[in-house]
Amino acid sequence: MQIAIPQTAERENYLNKEYGIWSWLLTTDHKRIALLYLVSITFFFFIGGFFALLIRLELLTPAGDLVQADTYNKLFTMHGMVMVFFFLIPSIPATLGNFLVPMMIGAKDLAFPRINLLSWYLYIIGGALMLHCILTGGVDTGWTFYAPFSTNFTNTKIVEAGIAIFIAGFSSILTGLNFVVTIHRMRAPGMTWSRLPLFIWAHYATSIIQLLGTPVIAITIVLVAAERALHLGIFDPKLGGDPLLFQHLFWFYSHPAVYIMILPSMGVITEIIACFSRKRIFGYHFVAFSSIAIAVFGFLVWAHHMFVAGISVYSALVFSFLSYAVALPSAIKVFNWTATLYKGSIHYDAPMLYAFGFLGLFTIGGLTGLFLAALGINVHVTDTYFVVAHFHYIMVGGAVMGYLGGMHFWWPKISGKLYPEGWARLAALIVFIGFNLTFFPQFVLGYMGMPRRYYDYSHMPEFQVLNVLSTAGSTVLGIGYLLPMAYFLWSMRYGKPASDNPWNAAGLEWKTASPPPTFNFDQEPVVTWEAYNYEELDTPPKPQEVPVGR
Amino acid sequence: MGLHQEEEHHPELLHHFAEAEQQRDAASLGMWVFLATEVMFFGGMFCAYLIYRHWYFGDFAAASKSIDAKLGGTNTAVLICSSLTVVLAVWAAQTARKTLLIAMLAITMLLGLAFLGIKGKEYKDKFEEHHVPGASFSFEHVPIPGHAGEYANPRHAQIFFSLYFVMTGIHALHMIVGLGIFSWLFAMAWKGRFTPEYNTPVEISGLYWHFVDIIWIYLFPLLYLIDRHP
Amino acid sequence: MTEHSKSSPLKLYFGIWATLLLFTFITYEAATIDLGPFNAPVALGIATLKATLVALFFMHVWHASEKLTKLVVVSALFFLLLLLGLTMADYATRPWS
Repeated sequence: MQIAIPQTAERENYLNKEYGIWSWLLTTDHKRIALLYLVSITFFFFIGGFFALLIRLELLTPAGDLVQADTYNKLFTMHGMVMVFFFLIPSIPATLGNFLVPMMIGAKDLAFPRINLLSWYLYIIGGALMLHCILTGGVDTGWTFYAPFSTNFTNTKIVEAGIAIFIAGFSSILTGLNFVVTIHRMRAPGMTWSRLPLFIWAHYATSIIQLLGTPVIAITIVLVAAERALHLGIFDPKLGGDPLLFQHLFWFYSHPAVYIMILPSMGVITEIIACFSRKRIFGYHFVAFSSIAIAVFGFLVWAHHMFVAGISVYSALVFSFLSYAVALPSAIKVFNWTATLYKGSIHYDAPMLYAFGFLGLFTIGGLTGLFLAALGINVHVTDTYFVVAHFHYIMVGGAVMGYLGGMHFWWPKISGKLYPEGWARLAALIVFIGFNLTFFPQFVLGYMGMPRRYYDYSHMPEFQVLNVLSTAGSTVLGIGYLLPMAYFLWSMRYGKPASDNPWNAAGLEWKTASPPPTFNFDQEPVVTWEAYNYEELDTPPKPQEVPVGR
Repeated sequence: MGLHQEEEHHPELLHHFAEAEQQRDAASLGMWVFLATEVMFFGGMFCAYLIYRHWYFGDFAAASKSIDAKLGGTNTAVLICSSLTVVLAVWAAQTARKTLLIAMLAITMLLGLAFLGIKGKEYKDKFEEHHVPGASFSFEHVPIPGHAGEYANPRHAQIFFSLYFVMTGIHALHMIVGLGIFSWLFAMAWKGRFTPEYNTPVEISGLYWHFVDIIWIYLFPLLYLIDRHP
Repeated sequence: MTEHSKSSPLKLYFGIWATLLLFTFITYEAATIDLGPFNAPVALGIATLKATLVALFFMHVWHASEKLTKLVVVSALFFLLLLLGLTMADYATRPWS
């Protein structure tokens, strides 16, 4: 379905307008900033992935024989911190969001281009600090750095890691701020709220969470650092403090954070499903408002991470109930995607394969979340591999699949080149197989009682078979991730040039060149059509009527 | 890029905006959204404070009584006056009163410095009384107000002071940033950059300043006025 | 852009300023009187009144040309109250101290 066109002279676009390192490092073009982020987050993905590899290698055997216990603690901590704060949180918003939000609404750039660049520099500074922390010993508290272990007992570099996350958090806040103001103020004439692509609604909802949640973990980090330095007693039971207060403040952000990670991916999936079913999304307004609902409800459920920590029973009841409620808007999305597919004209290009993968894996991940929300079950599977499998299904099976699908879908727009479709479909399949092989056994392991964050399970040697399967799966998954990196890079040099709209997709970003000019559009678009006008796009234009007798 | 109008192109208009009003509205919304994030940032500290005040009311009351409410009250008045000067500065910018604008900006900064000075005196007092949390913290035999014969638990009092220093400290940091911003505004105003057509930086910096004032409006009664019964 | 009441926002500004100072004095004095369990609500109530005056009139929310400004303010307050309220709900319902 991709349409390639031969190009002789290269038109001026955002990539070739200026050359040289400073034209990139001092750019205020949202598209270039998106690429700066793309390179940076890919780097951190490798770092986080490297730690994952070591974890899986250790767990091949029941005995703790690859690394020491303290080292293993550092491995899962750094894996979590890097993946959450330096890969997943920025991933789609900072790359695809930065690139596409202005284009999709018909604007020349984001509202605050210099703040956009600042956000990337903050990310880099935070990332550099985190890297330094890792290289000089790392942190061993788990990515959740619970007090009082993190404040009183650990000897590792919590404050440094905390500062790194604090700075990266600012990057996240500024991105969210930019998106909210841009979407409110910079829409092209005729681009009403009801005509916005659902990708925009998803990023708007994500931004709300970034803005209102991140400051709370910021202050939590400040309090942890102060407590560590001065032994204040805010979280120390011996001094009258409450460790649960830390958990309340931590999870007030970190639960909505998971919606920061999934909502943009849902936005991507919506765009892909509409395009490759050649249909308008079923229930546009339901999907739009469900994004906002997820953002709001997501702030109401945080203590479901604390059911067995010592919160009151009544509070647990309330949070359990609310955790069921938060599943509703997500379910609405799944129903609407499915209804969109029904009687659609399905095309199985790579982006759509990722979308199908997302649908299945997100549903499993989401449903297992409901298992966890049930208090009775939660008691048994808390801190087991069941939880680990649950969140990886959503974050990897959901968020990362959406990210990859989106990278494929918009690659022609971003790079002006087509990726090799055959390889892409193969890679999607490998990712799907590798993913399930890695993480499905973990549901079983958790249900059978294998605790998480243990480097040695020699008292339960029967768990080895499933662990070996999981590790094997992770190798396959790794190959699946390396393939797109390879062929995307290959396509930048050798790929077929892409036309403006190789997918014949709806959306303003497809009405300009691939790659786009620096200011996105040659003329400011004026929108007079509804979103997802696939019927119009697929109807061949009527032949011109020639008047008789002239 | 064919969006250049033939009419006068305001020098302050940035390229990606179609018109000045759009730019102003974007800046204003941006500042309001940023202030919303600040509400949540301070909110975490207020959450911690409320919980421990609920748990250790007597100890908190005793600790609160030991900080100087007159200084705190004076600082409240100082900030209220500075909010007035800020709003007058914005009005002056909107009505092309350059001298008044510069004067109001200057007075605002002076009031801000006065606030920080008074705060410094308070911190110094606390340091001398060994009320700074840490190794040399001491809060022995301080009676709990209204409970004759009962003394405050020093560990719980230390929590009060921890929150006192963190909350007022971060507030003071925001004041310092505000002073920096206003110095820049002062310099710009001196050079005549602000007109009735373009005074957005004054307006949005004003919003920031008022927000810092509002935080203090809550900090004052919560920290200083728990129990001032004679 | 100047707001509508070009006539005299000055009177309003000075009036609000005086009110704020008055209420500062009132809250200070109220803390010296034993109101039983009402000391805290009175103090917080006065603080909220002062904050509201600053927001509505000094920050121009009252005359805001757009509902969006008010929506941002209300949203921030909503989420703050959520943080405070739901967290306190745990602490208030624990049977142990």
